[in-house]
Amino acid sequence: MSAPVAVEAARHAGRLSPPALVGGVLLALVVLASVLAPLLASSDPVKPSFSRRLAPPWGLGGTPAHVLGTDNLGRDILARVLHGGRISLALATVSVLIAALVGILVGLVAGSAGERLDGLLMRAADVQLAFPVIMLAIAIVAVVGTSPGALVSVLALSGWVLYARTVRASVLTIRRLEYVEAAYTLGASDLRIIARHIMPNTIAPILVLGSSQFATMVLLESGLSFLGMGIQAPRPSWGLMLAEGRDYLSNAWWLATIPGVAISLVVLGANLLGDGLRDLLDPRG
Amino acid sequence: MKAYVLRRLWQSALTLVGVSVLVFVILRVVPGDPAKMLLPDGAPQSAVDELNRQLGLHEPLYVQYGLFLQSVFRGDFGQSFQYRAPALRVVVERLAATVQLALAALLITVGVGVSLGIVAAVRRGTGYDYASTVLAVLGQSLPNFWLGIMLILLFGVALRWLPTSGFESWRHLILPAVTLAAFPMALVARLTRSSMLEILGRDFIRTGRAKGLAERAVILRHALRNAAVPLLTVLGLQIGTLLGGAVITESVFAWPGMGKLVVDAIFFRDFPVVQTVLILSATIFVVINLLVDLLYTVIDPRIRYS
Repeated sequence: MSAPVAVEAARHAGRLSPPALVGGVLLALVVLASVLAPLLASSDPVKPSFSRRLAPPWGLGGTPAHVLGTDNLGRDILARVLHGGRISLALATVSVLIAALVGILVGLVAGSAGERLDGLLMRAADVQLAFPVIMLAIAIVAVVGTSPGALVSVLALSGWVLYARTVRASVLTIRRLEYVEAAYTLGASDLRIIARHIMPNTIAPILVLGSSQFATMVLLESGLSFLGMGIQAPRPSWGLMLAEGRDYLSNAWWLATIPGVAISLVVLGANLLGDGLRDLLDPRG
Repeated sequence: MKAYVLRRLWQSALTLVGVSVLVFVILRVVPGDPAKMLLPDGAPQSAVDELNRQLGLHEPLYVQYGLFLQSVFRGDFGQSFQYRAPALRVVVERLAATVQLALAALLITVGVGVSLGIVAAVRRGTGYDYASTVLAVLGQSLPNFWLGIMLILLFGVALRWLPTSGFESWRHLILPAVTLAAFPMALVARLTRSSMLEILGRDFIRTGRAKGLAERAVILRHALRNAAVPLLTVLGLQIGTLLGGAVITESVFAWPGMGKLVVDAIFFRDFPVVQTVLILSATIFVVINLLVDLLYTVIDPRIRYS
């Protein structure tokens, strides 16, 4: 099943709109830069160096040794942005995958099981949606702590509903199609129907959701870190860097500006890619 | 229609029950020793024992939940130990500032978002359309805490036009409201554009133009009114975005609302306040969305729900 999907994806990639391509390239560049962080930035992202505090970026009074300048503890901002990206992107990726997996399972169960279980699961989804995500997240983090595992669970918890609703809706539609009923009549098992008929039909919306949700996850994680409830100092994190830079707005604007640009580029890239995928895969939209 | 109203009421009630269960699980079951968590650090053992007894922590979970629900219905959300006052009163006192901020943001969201969307749809493919699309994409991509800080940097630090924190006059409201509105405004602009485009292609619009209606009337009275129904749903759901966004926006601008309160409460480990804010904001969300769904049947008489 994966081979035809890959071929399909490659065939579609050539037809992506220019903004979506820009988004894809943007995202790929940031991911690549974060993965290669140790090679691209030789400075230590964590160790302070008080002799070179608050150096401005290169070209604005700084030196090429610190292209994006240094922060209040003299740490190289480029190194911190790249290393911070590794953490943020890894957390967002794992959370999207877990949210998708849980959401797909719940959606399949809700769509195939009886009315009562379906009703229960969909009310659970309503409950989840009733809370502003960030409020629920900070409450949970406050209780269980700020370990990466806790952060991933909080992020994944905030994301499963969209997949569950999407998958459930397509299961309900697809189940009534004649060829699926025919397959049932011929004795196909539930699992086979799901694998052969239902999943291939839901791949497209799941990809679209995953792409735009990646943006949401990066925003949420950096928001939590900004509030001091995500990744903890001295580890580099975009949200945390922004929060630290807030105290230096009047004399060192780059501290708060640069990590925000990094977040915006990732979110912009993922949003553009998600929009492009939606236009491509859902001709009605 | 009566069946629809009843069903939505029933669903909303169930959702609220679920909300209380989730809050109960997060704040009473997960921590293991909630009495210690619900009291200030260094509280004497006698106080811990007393609260244990009050909360019924030696009872089975369902009895504990029953007691929890009873106290919530009495409006007793526990004592805030940061403010030494009933948690509900502390939260409600801060609610006004958040509502003020959220209403200002909602005004920008609807006013600017809908106008941008209409202009983009009517002038499809022109510079206006592209500009409004770019603005919408940016609005959805810039993190609001960063946008807020950049606005402070530009209008507060560099230009010195506007105050950057506090709660004294309407001028203090401008930057936080713009920050909070950016995301939902972008969403509304995009949605307005796409629904207007769809509706402007329909037959009744051509009929309207053919019978000589002014373009203004065609767009505002006929097209926009039809686009209003999906817009209203999205706006209802955006209440969640506004309440959640307020947490960050209020922290950035030191706006003394419910969002700032809950962030401070977590640092003080003031869990009675956290619990109250969670339940209150979820209830606001559920009630507003219920009202939106009921409003539907008034706005659009065609909608007959089974």
